[in-house]
Amino acid sequence: MLTYLLRRILYAVPIGIGVSLVVFSLVHLAPGDPLSAVVPADAPASVVEQLRHTYGYDRPLPVQFYLWVKRAASGDLGRSVATGQDVAQQVMVAVGNTITLAVPAALLGFTAGILLGGVAGYNQGRWADKIATGIATIGISVPHYWLGMVLVIVFSVELNALPAMGMGEGGSGAWSWDWAHVQHLILPMVTLSAIPMGIVTRTVRATVAETLGQDFVEALRAKGMGHGRILLHVAKNVAPTVLAVLGLQLGYLLGGSILIETVFDWPGSGYLLNTAIFTRDIPVLQGTILVLGMFFVALNVIVDLLQTLVDPRIRRG
Amino acid sequence: MINRHLRVLACAAFGLAFGFAAGAARADGTLRIAMTASDVPLTTGQTDNGGEGMRFMGYTVYDGLVNWDLSSADKPSGLVPGLATSWAVDPTDKTRWTFKLRQGVKFHDGSAFTADSVVWNFAKLLDDKSPQFDPKQAAQGRTRIPTVVGWKKIDDATIEVDTNAPDAFLPFEISWIMMSSPAQWEKLDKSWDKFAQTPSGTGPWKLQSWTPRERAELVRNPDYWDAKRVPKLDKLVLIPMPEAATRTAALRAGQVDWVEAPAPDAVPSMKQAGFQIVTNAYPHNWTWHLSRVEGSPWNDIRVRKAANLAIDRDGLKQLLGGLMIPAKGFVPPGSPWFGHPSFDLKYDPEQAKKLLAEAGYSKDKPVKVKIMISASGSGQMQPLPMNEFLQQNLADVGIQVDFQVVDWNTLINIWRSGAKSDQSQGADGINYTYFIQDPFTAFVRHAKSSLQPPKGTNWGFYADPEMDKLLDQALNAFDPDEQNRILQKVHEKYVDDALFLMVAHDVNPRAMSPKVKGFVQAQNWFQDFSGITMQ
Repeated sequence: MLTYLLRRILYAVPIGIGVSLVVFSLVHLAPGDPLSAVVPADAPASVVEQLRHTYGYDRPLPVQFYLWVKRAASGDLGRSVATGQDVAQQVMVAVGNTITLAVPAALLGFTAGILLGGVAGYNQGRWADKIATGIATIGISVPHYWLGMVLVIVFSVELNALPAMGMGEGGSGAWSWDWAHVQHLILPMVTLSAIPMGIVTRTVRATVAETLGQDFVEALRAKGMGHGRILLHVAKNVAPTVLAVLGLQLGYLLGGSILIETVFDWPGSGYLLNTAIFTRDIPVLQGTILVLGMFFVALNVIVDLLQTLVDPRIRRG
Repeated sequence: MINRHLRVLACAAFGLAFGFAAGAARADGTLRIAMTASDVPLTTGQTDNGGEGMRFMGYTVYDGLVNWDLSSADKPSGLVPGLATSWAVDPTDKTRWTFKLRQGVKFHDGSAFTADSVVWNFAKLLDDKSPQFDPKQAAQGRTRIPTVVGWKKIDDATIEVDTNAPDAFLPFEISWIMMSSPAQWEKLDKSWDKFAQTPSGTGPWKLQSWTPRERAELVRNPDYWDAKRVPKLDKLVLIPMPEAATRTAALRAGQVDWVEAPAPDAVPSMKQAGFQIVTNAYPHNWTWHLSRVEGSPWNDIRVRKAANLAIDRDGLKQLLGGLMIPAKGFVPPGSPWFGHPSFDLKYDPEQAKKLLAEAGYSKDKPVKVKIMISASGSGQMQPLPMNEFLQQNLADVGIQVDFQVVDWNTLINIWRSGAKSDQSQGADGINYTYFIQDPFTAFVRHAKSSLQPPKGTNWGFYADPEMDKLLDQALNAFDPDEQNRILQKVHEKYVDDALFLMVAHDVNPRAMSPKVKGFVQAQNWFQDFSGITMQ
């Protein structure tokens, strides 16, 4: 087990380099200029060229990449071209804000998804199934930024019951889990939970239905086992698949939603990425995506380990 | 009626459920503004984020030697003394200027503003060997004062500024340069990063705290040197909110009191809901910058004039819900530089067709042009529907337009690189909007032949000896009235030669809660927040 864990952690290194390489290439392939953040829009090209030299953007791309990787390996993600602030620090603050939003959204989406999926799977073909699947389909297919705007129009503009944007008075630095702040969380949380809710519902429904059709359930029923006990057996069999999906979904949520965070002006990693993309702030882009990539790797390891815990048939080693 | 009752009931229910918490209490005398920028502008003095950055983090926390008069909504604003009380060029050497400095002014940290502070601030931008040189501020500030080559203290109340050639526009250029406190920088271990956290200027507002991408809180400076401009409010909160729909919702939900550039389609309903929509002319234009490189169809003045006559600007204004001023020239009507152009920018498709026929074109044999446009962007208004409207108008007279849509950042690079560069991909024009507040930004940079890229931003490679001569005369006209007279001639040539497709001027819409009182929207990119109260 320990060697497995070590191996998985070591895998993170090539994955990290791969992610960085892809991001680095994409950023440089895309049109636009990393210096646009630091020069006034009306600066002539000669001034920009001078600055390009100052910032080292006139060096060959492989050299730039090598220098970046070298520094990143020692934990230095550089400084933002636009603001001059430490990228690692900015990313950590933004990721913290995203976690504040993503974890409650995940809990909401997963709970609703498991419940709806369970009900649907158990009642396949009946009206309860149709309603649950209907909700799931809506959750997946409704564009979530649109859903966010509709929620804002209804609950913030019309009813004036919940705030439309931000993290409350004082911003993220003053965040605490009291109502004055938590109310800012509700609309983005509900919006963000819609997609995972839908996906989890469908996964749970399919696996529950499939498991219920297996011989061992028939055998348990034949033995005269009660519904509750059978459900426990089904749940155990469903868990590994569902866990894998939950892990992936949590990864997506922690990655921060560019659209949701922009619609709700939530200063998380999605909003940070959005700002960085528009200003072509390469150090911030690279740093953020690297950190998010590492999140995925870590989550996958955790999910794999959890799977072995709940299902003894799975062996990692 | 029933609906309304239901709505009231629902509101009451939600209100009870949530304890009316959304309308969270806040101190009176606080104005919360949603900016269109996605981040808090640079706080050290020379801001980023263009005109908006200077508006909110430049002239609020800092002053220039020369400031803008932002007190009137009725006339275009001119320059007024700031930290300098007067300035003059040496009559015998037109490259030498002296600025008399205001005495008794203090920075927010309590240190005195002196001639040494000015010298120190010039070095901050222009002398990369000085310890206080800040590449970030230099990148923003250097391009604003391209002719300045020397600066020195004459005495405690006077400084001298030298330019590399006669430059009668220097006062306009100097108005961009913000004075940061040398004492505060010394105190903060000579670190601009630390200074950015607790900056110190001489402006009417002090920056109290800020969080990147989230908010900046400014408090009044009761000791501001200009008693007329001591803020009446206690606090100004600036919130970056790049998404127009979010800004609109935040205002309607009562989370901010003021939004910059509300979503245009939301304006009628906001008016109906009792919000104030404030608009005014300001030095901005929305144009197609035409390529004049060899082979461009725009090299024929008849084609340029025909295009200008083909645009139904009043129809376009209707499309925008009234939120534009139809162009009558390159600068808005009412500008001191407007003059008396003879070419009238009216909607006359018949005349346009006639001109095109003279040039050898018709609807069956149309002029074909490729124009690069952006999908959005600062100052670009509503580029997609507006350009489609133009495309239709131009097709009606025999100009066939193909668009290539790029993102705003890319268009800026295309504009900077010039019509001949690969980036411009042979485009015959770009849809670009301009800050035209001073003579250089309004005229010189687009039309001077020596400013073709990469040296300058004469994107279209326009060159006309007559124009060059006029611009040189303006650069050498140190008497403001004479300067205006020459600039009028320049503008008349811009219009009469139809150098651009001149379409619209933005009206800088802002939406605010009815509680906001006393705001005067100056005809300027910058605004004064001092006279505002909350009721």
